Amino acid sequence: MQNNTNKMKFLVPLISVFLGLLIGGIIMLISGYPPIEAYAALFEGIFGGSYYLGETIRQMSPLILSGLAVAFAFRTGLFNIGVEGQLLVGWLAAVYVGIFVDAPAIIHIPLAILAAGVAGALWGSVPGILKARFKVHEVITTIMMNYIALYSTNEIIRNFMLAPGERTENVKETASLASPFLQELTDNSTLHYGIIVAIVAAVIMWFLLWRTTLGYELRAVGFNQHASQYAGINVSKNIVLSMAISGAFAGIAGSMEGLGTYQYMTINAGFTGVGFDGIAVALLGANSAIGVILGAALFGGLKIGALNMQAMAGVPTELVGIVIALIIFFVACSYLVHWLMNRVNRGGKI
Amino acid sequence: MSFMDILALIIPAAIVSAAPLIFTALGGVFSERSGVVNIGLEGLMLFGAFTGAVTIYYGEQFGLAGAAPWVSFVVAMIVGALFASIHAVASISLKADQVVSGVAINFLAAGLAIFLTKKIFNAGQTPVISQRISKSDIPFLSDIPIIGKLFFSNAYLTSYLAVFVAVIVWYVLYKTPFGLRLRSVGEHPMAADTMGINVKKMRYVGVLLSGALAGLGGAVYVASISGNFTHSTITGQGFMALAAMIFGKWHPLGALGAALFFGLAQAISISGAQIPGLQDIPKVFLLIAPYVLTILALAGLVGRADAPKALGTPYEKGKR
Repeated sequence: MQNNTNKMKFLVPLISVFLGLLIGGIIMLISGYPPIEAYAALFEGIFGGSYYLGETIRQMSPLILSGLAVAFAFRTGLFNIGVEGQLLVGWLAAVYVGIFVDAPAIIHIPLAILAAGVAGALWGSVPGILKARFKVHEVITTIMMNYIALYSTNEIIRNFMLAPGERTENVKETASLASPFLQELTDNSTLHYGIIVAIVAAVIMWFLLWRTTLGYELRAVGFNQHASQYAGINVSKNIVLSMAISGAFAGIAGSMEGLGTYQYMTINAGFTGVGFDGIAVALLGANSAIGVILGAALFGGLKIGALNMQAMAGVPTELVGIVIALIIFFVACSYLVHWLMNRVNRGGKI
Repeated sequence: MSFMDILALIIPAAIVSAAPLIFTALGGVFSERSGVVNIGLEGLMLFGAFTGAVTIYYGEQFGLAGAAPWVSFVVAMIVGALFASIHAVASISLKADQVVSGVAINFLAAGLAIFLTKKIFNAGQTPVISQRISKSDIPFLSDIPIIGKLFFSNAYLTSYLAVFVAVIVWYVLYKTPFGLRLRSVGEHPMAADTMGINVKKMRYVGVLLSGALAGLGGAVYVASISGNFTHSTITGQGFMALAAMIFGKWHPLGALGAALFFGLAQAISISGAQIPGLQDIPKVFLLIAPYVLTILALAGLVGRADAPKALGTPYEKGKR
């Protein structure tokens, strides 16, 4: 039985990805695009050279962190849809420190990332406190906090940090994660050192959850709140803490954009989508650190490959958005996959 | 600018902004009263807006003229219900996590609508439609002094329809056997099952109605406010409708009131610059007001709001 559930842990995401790509292909077929050509272009856009590889890895770093944020909250029984908002405040905090603080790189970079983490943690702890104190469901509050973050960060940029082009100034070089070395290595892609931060964060999450008392308590609360309460664990404290840590991961995801990819922050007309993709990444990665890295690799690849798909086969990049939505959908319906597997297994016996 | 002028500027604008929210929030009431969380309202509304824009555009080509928007409302309701059926199958029959399924619906609708827009029009947006719902005065009522000018002149017919539908939804939910059954499967599905009510069927009906009304909300948004569909046409209105539903304590008339209130907040944020006293308040406070208020409402500052008890849990026969 144990073996069986472990097998399902791998099979559900794999089958979901397959079904997502399959239905994406059918949608292409119906709307008159050549699916095989399109998918060939998509995969070439992921694996077709060191430039694409660099872009994919660059895309992965915020996705890993936003995936970790969602996964961490999931582990403790919370659903953080507010990663998007926490990411935005983290992005702003990182850029703020990057522009207005003078320090050598060895201090400046960690300081800017720390600022992003703290900003995200504070933003995330608000729904946590509301949940712990007033029993308000975190799904609704985090969605509301997303919009508050979007409008507030825009307003702050507009009033205090505006540079020509509806954005902030670039961060100082001492705060930048950009790396000429990595860029040269990958044929002038926009790859930066952020991926190291993301992987370190994944290790930290694994260690925190599985090797510390705090992690044990957080997981226990996620598993059964009432039993944990009875066992003497402070449930309210753990809920707030979990949302704060989750928010910290999300905030650091924002610093990837602010210090790495863009070096500045724009006035955003809408959400970046990275936070929402984190939900998909976490679900696909079964909320484990290693799973999140793999999930981020898949989605990062799909997003970069989509650009090539549009250029080569003329298929709008939105198709990849559809495929990602379908993958989330099938992971959510793991019951369907279980049912299908049972059918196949039974068929095999006859 | 006199106080009356301010009211005359704000209130009709609020009623206009509120109409799509009212329809969508009423859809949310149906779904959540039956026990199914519907985060997907945003996506359903977005797809309704897309469907509405496309139908009106082609309706104009086929010579439907002024009837085109009304035809689009019907089409958007049907398409919205079909789209919601995906959420229904996932969350009711396949016992998926309803929040995750709703998130997937939002993604799917956004991706599919832009994908199809690009396919059909070879551009990121639909052409701007010329047949809109036109503003008009309501005969007789608009002649009432003061009130007539504020509430019954220069507004869209769809706004009044929205208020009317809210009353109908209230009647259906609270005064008919069907409404009682729908609410019972959201409160205590096992008891309802014991009494011979088909829990799954009632929940399907709830979710499909939410899709139809959210689709209608999206189409009304296009026909009265935006005039075409782009990737930025629906950004958060669906979530705001969800908030209105919660703010209104899962009650149709409460949702109506909250939607009107949010409409007022939107209207103030749009035309606030013209109003003395509000000019000095940064626009951002008006923009975030509905969201902050919802959080405050949920924290219990306006009285406790109790969600339907079985909300979010799939029903399994025989499980206690």
